[in-house]
Amino acid sequence: MTSSHSRNPQLNKDGELHHLLSIDGLPRQVLERILSTADSFINIAEREVKNVPLLRGKSVFNLFFENSTRTRTTFEIAARRLSADVFNLDIVRSSATKGESLLDTINNLTAMQADTFIVRHATSGAPYLIARHTSEHAPHIHVINAGDGQHAHPTQGLLDAYTIRHYKKDFRNLTVAVVGDILHSRVARSDIHALTILGVPEVRAVGPLTLLPAGLEQMGVRVFTSLDEGVRDADVIIMLRLQSERMRGTLLPSASEYFANYGLTAKRLALAKPDAIVMHPGPMNRGVEIDSHVADGAASVILTQVTFGIAVRMAVLSIVASSGGMR
Amino acid sequence: MLELDAEAIYQQLAQRAREHYLHKPLHLVGVHTGGVWLAERLKRELNVEAPVGILDVSFYRDDFDQSGLKSAVRPSQIAFDVAGSHILLVDDVLNTGRTVRAAINELFDHGRPAQVDLAVLIDRGGRELPVAASLVGATIELPATVSVVLTRDDDDRLHLTMEARGDE
Repeated sequence: MTSSHSRNPQLNKDGELHHLLSIDGLPRQVLERILSTADSFINIAEREVKNVPLLRGKSVFNLFFENSTRTRTTFEIAARRLSADVFNLDIVRSSATKGESLLDTINNLTAMQADTFIVRHATSGAPYLIARHTSEHAPHIHVINAGDGQHAHPTQGLLDAYTIRHYKKDFRNLTVAVVGDILHSRVARSDIHALTILGVPEVRAVGPLTLLPAGLEQMGVRVFTSLDEGVRDADVIIMLRLQSERMRGTLLPSASEYFANYGLTAKRLALAKPDAIVMHPGPMNRGVEIDSHVADGAASVILTQVTFGIAVRMAVLSIVASSGGMR
Repeated sequence: MLELDAEAIYQQLAQRAREHYLHKPLHLVGVHTGGVWLAERLKRELNVEAPVGILDVSFYRDDFDQSGLKSAVRPSQIAFDVAGSHILLVDDVLNTGRTVRAAINELFDHGRPAQVDLAVLIDRGGRELPVAASLVGATIELPATVSVVLTRDDDDRLHLTMEARGDE
């Protein structure tokens, strides 16, 4: 390694965001710049021509080692609206199954003149490995983490912060409840980091004891095991997807029992502030973590999150492309 | 540092705008930030009804690969239908013509205007593209080492200052 180990691997020597790997450790100004740049991309979707020429001639590779139609599609739309050339690699079904190593795949794509890699991987830390490799061997390349294992999903954290800012105007004085499987959720981790850095005074983690990781209090989070208590007087409720494989283990009894204890119903939503909004990163399990009446109700901003996600990803793609390189 | 009388130069520009044949209804579009200030003044002067359109041409600049995105991009806002409209594009200083090129490109992504005219407070020469303004407050040939900056004080008065250009 040529660079110092203490430096945040996402930032170059001038402190510019070169990769987006995790919200954790990013300065507040970097997050605020992403949110304010996203403002400028929101209007573009309403124009006759929905793209701008910013990344013309650049090659963006979607490297999804784990399936995710929604995240891949919104990244693809974001890159196309910036006029980049987008290449989708269905790695689940190609080189990885032929035994090619991750870094060999990266070297091959680098030889194909890639400019940006958008990486989704089941293993926590995989985007870091790629970023460390390209920073050394191809310092012009940018890596964006589109979700790694149980670690981070930074663009989801940013789009959630963007959505909250849109509806609540200001992060100060807010109470935000994140509800569900916090332990396994990269979305929860990224949301908590983003909201804490942006100055939300009360972030709550709500869920069964078996799905709450240790060390939440040290992150400045208030922990609740009762949903009623956890959503009381909240301004924002973020429901997490309950992954069905958790049910097969010993962590949870059944979907119906989970819904009885931790499903967001209209009755429970009524405990929150009257103007509270309900968010969900998708895809939703109706009747498991959220009741259909709530998911489709007036407080739900779940589809708006998807729309805002495109503008936020456009902002991230254009800001990392602005960095003067890793050396 | 040399100060120019921005208000007097603006009066020249406004006078020429009144005399010049400008299609009615006219639509004004200002380029962030100085162009927007000038367009707002011209809106009152020329009794333009439609709200002033605002362009931040950051996403259309041709120097993104060299300079990246500036840190504060503001949203472009055009609240009228660009298609078929007669537009007076307003900027503070006309130099290389690259900002005007970017602004016209962005304008066309909102629709196909019937006509686009250009008004600038200062034409300082140094063109790198075939761009000309129909309305000019003052023409001052300046060397590339000098930059001209328009500012607005709390009383809405405009000020123009010239300073040595740093490394840009």
